[in-house]
Amino acid sequence: MAMAMAIEVSIWRGRANGRYQTFTVPLDQSQTVLDVVTWVQRKLDPTLAYRFACRVGMCGSCAMTVNGRPRWTCRTHISKVVEAGRVEIGPLANMPIIKDLVCDMAEFFAKWQRAKGAFAPGKSRHDPIERISPAAAERVAADAAIECINCAVCYAACDTVRWNENYLGPAALNRAWTLVNDVRDAGQRERLAALAADGGCHACHSHHSCQEHCPKALSPVRSIAGLKRRSLEAYVRGEL
Amino acid sequence: MNVRLYLLQRATAAIMVPLVLGHLAVIYYATRGGLTAADILARTRGSIGWGAFYGLFVLAAAIHGAIGVRTIASEWAGLRGGKLDLLMWSFGLTLAALGLRAMAAVLLP
Ligand code: SF4
Ligand code: SF4
Ligand code: FES
Repeated sequence: MAMAMAIEVSIWRGRANGRYQTFTVPLDQSQTVLDVVTWVQRKLDPTLAYRFACRVGMCGSCAMTVNGRPRWTCRTHISKVVEAGRVEIGPLANMPIIKDLVCDMAEFFAKWQRAKGAFAPGKSRHDPIERISPAAAERVAADAAIECINCAVCYAACDTVRWNENYLGPAALNRAWTLVNDVRDAGQRERLAALAADGGCHACHSHHSCQEHCPKALSPVRSIAGLKRRSLEAYVRGEL
Repeated sequence: MNVRLYLLQRATAAIMVPLVLGHLAVIYYATRGGLTAADILARTRGSIGWGAFYGLFVLAAAIHGAIGVRTIASEWAGLRGGKLDLLMWSFGLTLAALGLRAMAAVLLP
């Protein structure tokens, strides 16, 4: 049953010096924030720019700031966020705005590279495949952090990212933690050195904002605590 | 903040925990116990024990505080690079100098 009700939706338009533009959108059943944005783009203003792909919470491309909070919009029901018949939708914070709801994630992903977020192979196809027990401590630690969808919600929610442009941020560090726990990886020393440098894991203030907002209920702050410990041990042993 | 500064800041914090408690106990004892300035000076002048206690305290506080000020200046005032290190060192050295000067006043015979 379609509800005969409409809401006022304020959507960010333009670049950093833009402004909010208000649209009236009819409410529908099981309507997500992404549905609302799509409705505006299809019915009212085809020039509205925004990103999405999977619509089922897997690709991580639809994150926006909804009423001041970073959220994945394809899995957020509008009924959960409407306040007094209004909702405000803007681009994610901590990244430059390209246009409307689209922000520039180049730096966000560059930091994944800086954090050595890519697997460093140490064997060839001629070596036997390594057996990793699902119950191994390293595998359990990696599993707890592995479901990240690269949505940058945590990155947008982190005060330390806002204060320090050099800081790698929760997502890249969380990714690095999964690799630090990968016993097959051959680039651990370089990775720990990158993570222990200025702007690395020790810049985190353990605010828990990343964990509070992560739509996948991950805990980047726990991963970062693990990195702080590992790199500190390596430093004390003189390995860094 | 890198791993070296992190370690120094955490280690100095750990060192200061018992020192702060000892310092508070000393203040309490000296004021409540009705010690006069002359009594206190008689105990501190030339004392290696008090010198070691407060020497360690002053150095730990200077290092700990300087690293903290470095972080605050970087995150809240946007200071970077050489200016940031200059601030850290001058803050730390000033703190150490003030502390050592206060120590000298009660320790030197
Ligand atoms: S815990 Fe660390 S990474 Fe997470 S929001 Fe706070 S400062 Fe950022
Ligand atoms: S850790 Fe969570 S919030 Fe951060 S990018 Fe991954 S899924 Fe998104
Ligand atoms: S559109 Fe893919 S996660 Fe929302």
